[in-house]
Amino acid sequence: MIEKTAAELASALNNGAISSVELTQVYLDRISAHNEQLNAFITVCEESALKQAQAADEKRANGDNSPLLGVPMAHKDIFCTEGVTTSCGSRMLSNFTAPYNATVVENFNAAGAVMLGKTNMDEFAMGSSNETSFFGPVRNPWDLERVPGGSSGGSAAAIAADLCGMATGTDTGGSIRQPAAFCGITGFKPSYGRVSRWGMIAFASSLDQAGPICKSAEDAALMTNVMAGLDIKDSTSADIAIEDYTAQLGQSLEGIKIGIPKQHFAEGLSAGVEQSIRDALAEYEKLGATLKEIDLPNNHLSVSAYYVVAPAEASANLSRYDGVRYGYRCENPVDLEDMYKRTRSEGFGDEVKRRIMVGTYALSAGFYDAYYRKAQKIRRLIKNDFDEAFKEVDVVIGPTSPHTAFKLGAKTDPVAMYLEDIYTIAVNLAGLPGISIPAGVSDGLPIGMHIVGNDFAESRVLNVAHQFQLATDWHRQKPTLGGAGD
Amino acid sequence: MAFDRSEVEKVAHLARLHISDAEADEVTSRITDILELIDKMQSVDTDAVEPLAHPLDVKQRVRPDQVTESDRREQLQTLAPEAESGLYLVPKVIE
Amino acid sequence: MEWETVIGLEVHVSLSTKSKLFSGTASEFGAEPNTQANIFDLAMPGTLPVFNEEALRMAVKFGLAIDAEIGKRSVFDRKNYFYPDLPKGYQVTQLDFPTVGKGSLTINLEDGSERIIGVTRAHIEENAGKSLHEDFHGMSGIDLNRAGEPLLEIVSEPEIRNAKEAVAYLKKLHSIVRYLDISDAIMAQGSMRCDVNVSIRPKGETELGTRTEIKNINSFRFVEKAINSEVQRQQDVIEDGGRVEQETRRYDADRDETFSMRSKEFANDYRYFPEPDLLPVEIDDEYIDTVRASLPELPDARKARFVTDYGLSDYDAGVLTATREMADYFESVAKDSGDAKLTANWVMGDLQALLNKNDWSIGQSPIQADRLAMLIARIKDNTISGKIAKTVFETMIENSSGVDEIIENQGLKQVTDSGAIEKLVDEVIANNPDQVQQFKDGKEQVLGYLVGQAMKLSQGKANPGQVNQLLREKIS
Repeated sequence: MIEKTAAELASALNNGAISSVELTQVYLDRISAHNEQLNAFITVCEESALKQAQAADEKRANGDNSPLLGVPMAHKDIFCTEGVTTSCGSRMLSNFTAPYNATVVENFNAAGAVMLGKTNMDEFAMGSSNETSFFGPVRNPWDLERVPGGSSGGSAAAIAADLCGMATGTDTGGSIRQPAAFCGITGFKPSYGRVSRWGMIAFASSLDQAGPICKSAEDAALMTNVMAGLDIKDSTSADIAIEDYTAQLGQSLEGIKIGIPKQHFAEGLSAGVEQSIRDALAEYEKLGATLKEIDLPNNHLSVSAYYVVAPAEASANLSRYDGVRYGYRCENPVDLEDMYKRTRSEGFGDEVKRRIMVGTYALSAGFYDAYYRKAQKIRRLIKNDFDEAFKEVDVVIGPTSPHTAFKLGAKTDPVAMYLEDIYTIAVNLAGLPGISIPAGVSDGLPIGMHIVGNDFAESRVLNVAHQFQLATDWHRQKPTLGGAGD
Repeated sequence: MAFDRSEVEKVAHLARLHISDAEADEVTSRITDILELIDKMQSVDTDAVEPLAHPLDVKQRVRPDQVTESDRREQLQTLAPEAESGLYLVPKVIE
Repeated sequence: MEWETVIGLEVHVSLSTKSKLFSGTASEFGAEPNTQANIFDLAMPGTLPVFNEEALRMAVKFGLAIDAEIGKRSVFDRKNYFYPDLPKGYQVTQLDFPTVGKGSLTINLEDGSERIIGVTRAHIEENAGKSLHEDFHGMSGIDLNRAGEPLLEIVSEPEIRNAKEAVAYLKKLHSIVRYLDISDAIMAQGSMRCDVNVSIRPKGETELGTRTEIKNINSFRFVEKAINSEVQRQQDVIEDGGRVEQETRRYDADRDETFSMRSKEFANDYRYFPEPDLLPVEIDDEYIDTVRASLPELPDARKARFVTDYGLSDYDAGVLTATREMADYFESVAKDSGDAKLTANWVMGDLQALLNKNDWSIGQSPIQADRLAMLIARIKDNTISGKIAKTVFETMIENSSGVDEIIENQGLKQVTDSGAIEKLVDEVIANNPDQVQQFKDGKEQVLGYLVGQAMKLSQGKANPGQVNQLLREKIS
């Protein structure tokens, strides 16, 4: 039962094979058996989960069969959940009980989903390995010596280890897609503005986007149906009609054009990953797609531009953590300045402080044009590259990450860590939808394939991912976990 | 652009971060590396390019001027490190 | 050396919206601390701004009122600095693309002359909260009720030449925003605040001198005094061979001098950048036209109309239109009483004296427009004399009864009955034979004395014209 996709769990609940309370208890037991090992959850909400499950069972008995009713899930600890600790992976908010719900959380509550708990993450979503969390690193269920990717590493590990049926994540530069690749699962970042950011703790406002972390493209579509839509509380939420994102899943790929960016198959890509992606592309040809090499000439500048835009926005977004109204405050400050400086130096970890410094510097007098403005111009060039590409192709496909999951502690150099997101970052800068789905296994570790669509072409991206999953079973591959519950 | 220890101090102060002497060298060299990565941007001529601040090319929505929030002071101040008589307390503000 | 002063003003007015600039929290003056500080206002993690349409409309109204360019595309920016009354650690403002661009307004000086002062821009921004410096065991208290209130910051060109002009500029701004009903603009409550940039230069010099900024002055009078004292200080510094430092200063009213607030070491770097949680605000001609159509008559137009419609002098019209409330009051009294000039005299005379004495606004006047109109009507129809009217006016301050009731109850009605007046005149003639004789001998001015005696006898109620005429008939 636990390995089932959310869609399958929903049908098991619908046909009475299991109740939501029973299913919730199964997952809760599994979390208590494996969380110590994986560290995927920061908070587990046993009591409220069972209450929600019971309510879902009652609704179902009364004829409600909403698609995700009673399906147990997890929220990344970046989403505010009323009455529940919302830490964002930081000491700064380790004592913060959110006084309200994020719109994403409200939407899942309204859909009748059951929240099992809050998942671990890189501190303030800044990281690609989940090692920057104040609550310690998450371990990859495929190999406990390895990282799950980040920043949504807790959600990705929880899905890979079947600790929940579905989970939420957020993606600023690859934080849904890269951990999905490392953990052998499906992770979808919708277009910027598709999902409300209200209640989602900000890292970089013009890049952050929430999305599903789950076991199949079909689940991603079902979750997007719940998450997407206009929210007047978020001025950047798009006033563009939502669709039933499951409606086009079944569409044939006959005649579609897939763009293969040559820059994504260049130096730095590991042989095992390249082979799997080439095999997957061959599979797409069998499904009727044609492949076309495309050029994203400014892709190599995306990491540089991103490490100006994201830290600059973050440096301001994180100024509110000052020890005055909520969150951590240092002991016995001698004066105001001491309170600010010690609160922030003790409350934030090294990577967060580093990015605040870089962002502050990039915005400071005399550097604005050379850094921030320049980065915004590069951003335009990157967006233009995609606009050109989508005149010729329907989707762009490549590897999600240059290699499979690396070992904990292997990357101590921040720049090396930043280059982890070389294939995913441009998509955030351009605001496009992108999904990572499992496309192979190399040396016992999963490989992610990255499918990118045009603005608000969520349905197309999900369709292309789903058709692959109908033809292959990479998304059914599971790690073997030791210990109880297996 | 050179980033040295005096820049670290200046930037740390602007960001209200405390960087100890022991950390300063490490922080300086890490940030120098990051700035090197960033400086790759300078290789491209962007004089004729319009900056893109936001992927959404749309205009700001407005909301009607209505009071929709009620007073939650008591609940919200339970989150505060230090509050008294309805006020948030901080070390003395000197103007 | 002869010096020339250059002054530019940055005036913040709180826009009188019901809710805050970016949240649905109430924005009223005087609430209990932090009862108007909800999750967004407290910068709780994950909260986001949504723009209040009324703040935009008010800013556009102001722009149209000063004939300014209206920014069809305005952009919000973040201004970054740390202060406990600034919850987000940045203030949302408009740096490069303000809603209101270049405009101008006409100031009226005490000598009756006018000058046009340029307005560089007016932008929408958030207010900060308040630090209370009472001692909470060595700590300060922070009240965030004001945080996030909408402000309009109005920046003048450096075209103001002295303290009096600065005050006249402020008074005109005050008048305009009150006419537009976009702000209470009460300096004592902080809903209108003023920062003054002052520099001096040798007369004839075209380069600007180094300026200082005097922050947060909270009354018209202090603006005048602060400027004068700062100008004097700068002259002293330069004449003593020193240099004026560019810095922020504060005016201490008790000592009547300005003093430096911050040392250079803490010079801030605000790191402005476009606020990514908000998109550009775009408005079109149709929107601007709709707002234009809603504009009320503005002070300058109303003044001109008062001159033509009511035959008032320029000066009187200026005084009576200085505030919308005063002008409304005047117009109401003038219409109901049917005598604009008499109304102007009463409003600018006795009524204004009453208000000044008690420090009342026109809205607080115990003599409402309809009652003053009635009083004036009774002068016009000869029920009472102008002199008796002053007695009635005094009574009206304490007594809310109708004008006629007061006249009746106190027996103040003017005596116009010729029989009664004849009796009075006869009595005066009988009692003052010497004076009557002097008059008959050609001493014309004695008549005034005799009229006075008759008025006194009537306790001021006799119609002086009738008394005069009858006396003259009887003793000529």
